[in-house]
Amino acid sequence: MAFEAYRCRNGHVTYPGHTLCPECGAKQDETVDLTDETAEIVTWTESTATPPGVREPNTLAIVEFDVDGESVRALGQIGSTDDDESFDVETGDEVEPVYVEELREPGVGLKPVDADQEWDGYRFQPVQ
Amino acid sequence: MDRDVAIIGGSMTKFGQRDAWIRELLAQAGEECLADASVAPSDVEHVYVSNMASGEFEGQTGVMNAVAHDLGLMPAYSQRIDQTSSSGGAGIYAACQSIASGASDMTLLVGGEKMTHKGTGGATDIIASITHPAEYKQGVTLPSFAGMTARHYLERFDAPRESLAKVAVKNHRNGVDNPKAQFQKEIDVETALESPVIADPLRLYDFCPITDGSSALMFCSEEVAREYTDEYVVVSGVGGATDTHVVHEREDPTTMGGVVESGQTAYERAGLGPDDIDVAELHDMFTILEFLQMEGLDFAEKGEAWQAVEDGRTEKDGELPINTSGGLKSKGHPLGASGVAQGYEIYEQLMGEAGPRQVEADTGLACNVGGFGNCVITTIMEAR
Repeated sequence: MAFEAYRCRNGHVTYPGHTLCPECGAKQDETVDLTDETAEIVTWTESTATPPGVREPNTLAIVEFDVDGESVRALGQIGSTDDDESFDVETGDEVEPVYVEELREPGVGLKPVDADQEWDGYRFQPVQ
Repeated sequence: MDRDVAIIGGSMTKFGQRDAWIRELLAQAGEECLADASVAPSDVEHVYVSNMASGEFEGQTGVMNAVAHDLGLMPAYSQRIDQTSSSGGAGIYAACQSIASGASDMTLLVGGEKMTHKGTGGATDIIASITHPAEYKQGVTLPSFAGMTARHYLERFDAPRESLAKVAVKNHRNGVDNPKAQFQKEIDVETALESPVIADPLRLYDFCPITDGSSALMFCSEEVAREYTDEYVVVSGVGGATDTHVVHEREDPTTMGGVVESGQTAYERAGLGPDDIDVAELHDMFTILEFLQMEGLDFAEKGEAWQAVEDGRTEKDGELPINTSGGLKSKGHPLGASGVAQGYEIYEQLMGEAGPRQVEADTGLACNVGGFGNCVITTIMEAR
């Protein structure tokens, strides 16, 4: 799976996508691949009280990508493909997306495994 | 048709860890509210039940029907109102519309939630299920949104960490005088700052507890109110607004658009401004939210709410007392009940019935925040 943001004909970009652009109401009919881009940490937290099926602690960040001058944000775990590897981060640090198959254990919480819910996706790893 | 809306009675059960399940909690608050307002069950024409997730918490759905039957309200129109944490405020909105439009002459609003049996992890997961799947899969929780927002606020506005602890200390002190509160226990800044980290930089005492409880209010037109009582409160303005579902898509993490928009609508409808408010109940599910709402409702300039708290402006004897009830922080936060209980505190303050918590107030405001600012209801009330 690629890490894709969505763009409408007026150039507004969001992650995730929506049926209509939240900014202008136009269809979002293009995707923008962010898989090989880097982003900057806007803010972060280390969550030490996590729900069933979620790693503990779970360091999370809101990060910002720059897509041709248009900013697009995402929220994700800070980490690497190794579930046990942790990183110290600061606001402003540069990160890159890394793919993992299970961001949290499927079916352990309220949502059934086959719900409207993907369980794989991207973490953000600090760029060395 | 647009009639003035009055509140002629209210009630609140003890908040905390309760043995009662949702039906019993709702019926208890409903019964006490009928008695407080001296309204007979047969006089109730609409009943709204604010509740976020009784199905998920205890497998009981259709709670509006349960309340109507247990209180003998048939054939009154009944409806459950879910707007997550702002279900109570949304109930106030619906109750006001039912009266103002002339659809109902007497409307009972009951809000409640039964949560504690699920434990912290289970309850946190039910609440986290309101998030967008793209955020849910990362293991996000409402407390972690609060942690990220608090860090951004403290770094950007150079606010001291202690100022957040002071919100908790203030609300706990207020809660000591509220016999219905989950905690009637003072804490000091050191205790708050040394409590376990939950979502860095926020610690245990920056968060409200998980709570069982119920609260109710009785609405009618001013004309009908005068048939029942000489003293009542009017709802002079209520506004509701929605922000993004995906929290990280907001341009400024420290601005809750729903707070700003619902506040402006409420002020406009009431013909009042922030300087006219004598007492306020804000949705302090997390300490940082009190700052965001103070700024969103224009009680403080952007980035300066922490100074008002440091200066004691929001203490019970301050210029604008905030959360005289103890707030969600010490009173507890039974999701569907909270917005109604906020309204009940303002009602009691304006009626002069708040006992040891009483402040001098003719006009009060309640801001009920759903999700992480996803849906917000602001209500302004005045004494008559």
